[in-house]
Amino acid sequence: MSPNLSTEFAGIRSPNPFWLASAPPTNSGHQVDKAFEAGWGGAVWKTIGAPVLNVSNRYGAFHFAGQKMIGINNLELISDRPLAVNLREIAEVKRRWPDRAVIVSAMVESNFQAWKEIVQMIEDTGADGIELNYGCPHGMSERGMGSAVGQVPEYCEQITNWVAQVAHIPILVKLTPNVANIVEPAKAAVRGGANGISLINTLNSIMGIDLDTFEVSPSIGGKGGHGGYAGPAVKPIALHLTSAVASNEFLRSSAVPISAMGGISDWRDATEFLLLGATNVQVCTAAMHYGFRIIDDLCDGLSNWMSSKGFETISDFRGKSLPHISSFENLNLNFKAVARIDALKCISCNLCYVACNDTAHQCIDLYGPSGDRMLPGLDPERNGKYATQSLKPVPVVREDDCVGCRLCHNICPVEGCIEMVELKSTHEPITWAELIQKTPDVASDWEVMNQYRSEHDIHIH
Amino acid sequence: MAIVGDISSGHSFDPLAEVLPALTPSEAAIETNRCLYCFDAPCTQACPTHIDVPKFIKRISTGNLLGAAKTILDSNLLGATCARVCPVQELCEGACVLGKYHRPIEIGRLQRYALDSQTEDLFLPGPQTGRRIAVVGSGPAGLSCAGELARLGHSVVVFERKELPGGLSTYGIISLREPTEVALAEAKMIERLGVEFRFGVEPNPSELAATYDAVFLGVGMGTARLLSISGEEFVLDGLELIETSKLNPSKLTFGSEVVVIGAGNTAIDCATIAKKLGAERVTILYRRSESDMTAYQHEIDYARTEGIKFQFDIRPIRVDQVDGNGFALHCNEGLSESSFEIKVDQIIRAIGQEPPLNVHRTELGFVEVTNNFETNLPMVFAGGDCIRATGNASTVMAVQDGKLAAKSIHRALMGCQ
Repeated sequence: MSPNLSTEFAGIRSPNPFWLASAPPTNSGHQVDKAFEAGWGGAVWKTIGAPVLNVSNRYGAFHFAGQKMIGINNLELISDRPLAVNLREIAEVKRRWPDRAVIVSAMVESNFQAWKEIVQMIEDTGADGIELNYGCPHGMSERGMGSAVGQVPEYCEQITNWVAQVAHIPILVKLTPNVANIVEPAKAAVRGGANGISLINTLNSIMGIDLDTFEVSPSIGGKGGHGGYAGPAVKPIALHLTSAVASNEFLRSSAVPISAMGGISDWRDATEFLLLGATNVQVCTAAMHYGFRIIDDLCDGLSNWMSSKGFETISDFRGKSLPHISSFENLNLNFKAVARIDALKCISCNLCYVACNDTAHQCIDLYGPSGDRMLPGLDPERNGKYATQSLKPVPVVREDDCVGCRLCHNICPVEGCIEMVELKSTHEPITWAELIQKTPDVASDWEVMNQYRSEHDIHIH
Repeated sequence: MAIVGDISSGHSFDPLAEVLPALTPSEAAIETNRCLYCFDAPCTQACPTHIDVPKFIKRISTGNLLGAAKTILDSNLLGATCARVCPVQELCEGACVLGKYHRPIEIGRLQRYALDSQTEDLFLPGPQTGRRIAVVGSGPAGLSCAGELARLGHSVVVFERKELPGGLSTYGIISLREPTEVALAEAKMIERLGVEFRFGVEPNPSELAATYDAVFLGVGMGTARLLSISGEEFVLDGLELIETSKLNPSKLTFGSEVVVIGAGNTAIDCATIAKKLGAERVTILYRRSESDMTAYQHEIDYARTEGIKFQFDIRPIRVDQVDGNGFALHCNEGLSESSFEIKVDQIIRAIGQEPPLNVHRTELGFVEVTNNFETNLPMVFAGGDCIRATGNASTVMAVQDGKLAAKSIHRALMGCQ
């Protein structure tokens, strides 16, 4: 039997954990209809609220090494479509798709009356929930909305509280990552009465500079500025912030679910967020790059992975990675791994050699076909493809000197060629926290540290 | 502003136009991004001139086309020719580490892309040394040597027996692979380094040695070999045919049946031209077996895709003119004495060239040189096809010979490293 992908988020049901994030893909009834036809479990309608005017050249892109748009930034504001049109289409979509989650993102001026009115209008559409947009880093923030709210926990709590006073449907609060510690606004939202947390909104960013015009790219009539950054490149940041919120004691005890997002491109990314405790996930950039059809592999890949692991529902594995999140002081200092290079798989690109010797710990040597150590460099006397085959050097790790930094493993272009191999330690595991309790002076006195090292066979040159 | 993707230039179809299209900026971007940027890269090792391939590819990828072109030319002044004529499958691309898993980087085409983008001169003549050097022959070896010597500050005069510079690149490489303009532009670049060219002259090396501080011989191969059979006068010379195809293609017409005798790259080139210019059936006859052919495998494969047929173990013994039109080519098959005849419209011979010139030679007839490319005559150096046996001769080897010989000459003249 195929696994059950359905989720319930603060009482809102959806057939799968994939919602479209509040963004350009959910700008209209036409689009959300298409998305639901493709199979999306839910959609957070593009933020409605205060009247706005948009500009052209509003999406910038970060391309890297031939891969288009690993990051996108946008200067688009909240919905510029008339409020009444949005509300009518939301109602129509929800009527047509009763089994899908329809959440409406909202942002209005920071006063109780404005919020009360928008909440009532949203509730009248039959929407399943409301997401308070405390994240937009551009345009709206200058008007005291968006991240201007999300960056001040007191405002966060106050506005959430206003909404909670009048709302009858679940309230999600969407957080900005542009803060020093995301846990504070998250806690404030929960104190204010939020039923769910969404994160992350976009990061402040400048996408680039045009080297011919010296203008910011994209240029809006010669000027530009920071915009909201998202896409695959932000995923590690989003994973960290999700884990920070998911691991917080207060937030865990409040049992407020997390709708996670930030650079989710495929089911693997999505699953990582679920493993870090997210109840469901939201997607935007990947859909903007490839269209709504990506939902197909999001569901299929997740479903197949769950089958392979024996999980029947998403709650079977949700948060399973959280116990593995720790801090440096709790890591085992006696854990030892070294890199091992499979000579049969090696294609002799020598990237590991140059990386290790130039920028890491100088523990990879080159050996020639006859087994002799070779120095780097070309033989100017020889040429032709057969000469290179006979000269083919093989990189070998000097394991005694390898600190297990993992750089070579990270850059090797051949799948499975450089593996990190755990070495059995003859010493008991010990963490930094334990060590400085036992021997406090290791942290302040090099003599004591050296003594500790020699007793534990740690030789660093 | 350039309009990308403009397809409105409606020039007429040229059957001898360069086969491989230039890479577009998008294609080049995809290809450069595939490159792993190997350290001590096998492609660089495999290149006879040791062009730093990953370095120039990286430079293309960052938009530094000027730097890319300079990287190439710094190792190989005839990079534009080599980008087109090199047997890359045997050299850089054959060594590419990606070949094992996927397909090698198209290094030749990227090299062409980088050099096609440059119109400026990238090098200046070195500070003048006051030394005068004669270079005989303006083929790849001669131009490479002349250019490198000029970069080192020497005064160089190039003597060329033909009317145009470039040697084999201009006269002997079919335009399907390298348009004549590319070779001529390279010679112009060398000229702008201050090198003087004299055409239509064939000076004696010993006499040059008496009036110049040093001499470099890059004279290539000698005259084309004959079949030495009755009716030889009806047989067209392959090299002359290729030369005509480059300089006066409108003068070439082919009948429906064409036979090419030989099995080297020149034979393949002649057959290709005949086919491209309208011959219905083109057959390559070779006196030995298929595995003995000296042409590059990729050239043989290409000829087959063009519909060219091959027959092996066939020895031509006589050509008769047939009344009215065409010829009868009498052949023996294998070792048998019984002959048969083939009715053909044209017969082309491409069975190699005689060794060149009166300088001390090896047993094989090539100019004998030391490791420093010096001949038995003092201060007379040589390089390129004239010092190399068949199978070991190529444009890129000639370029490298010229470059290394220039360094030897410089050392000999200046007494320094």
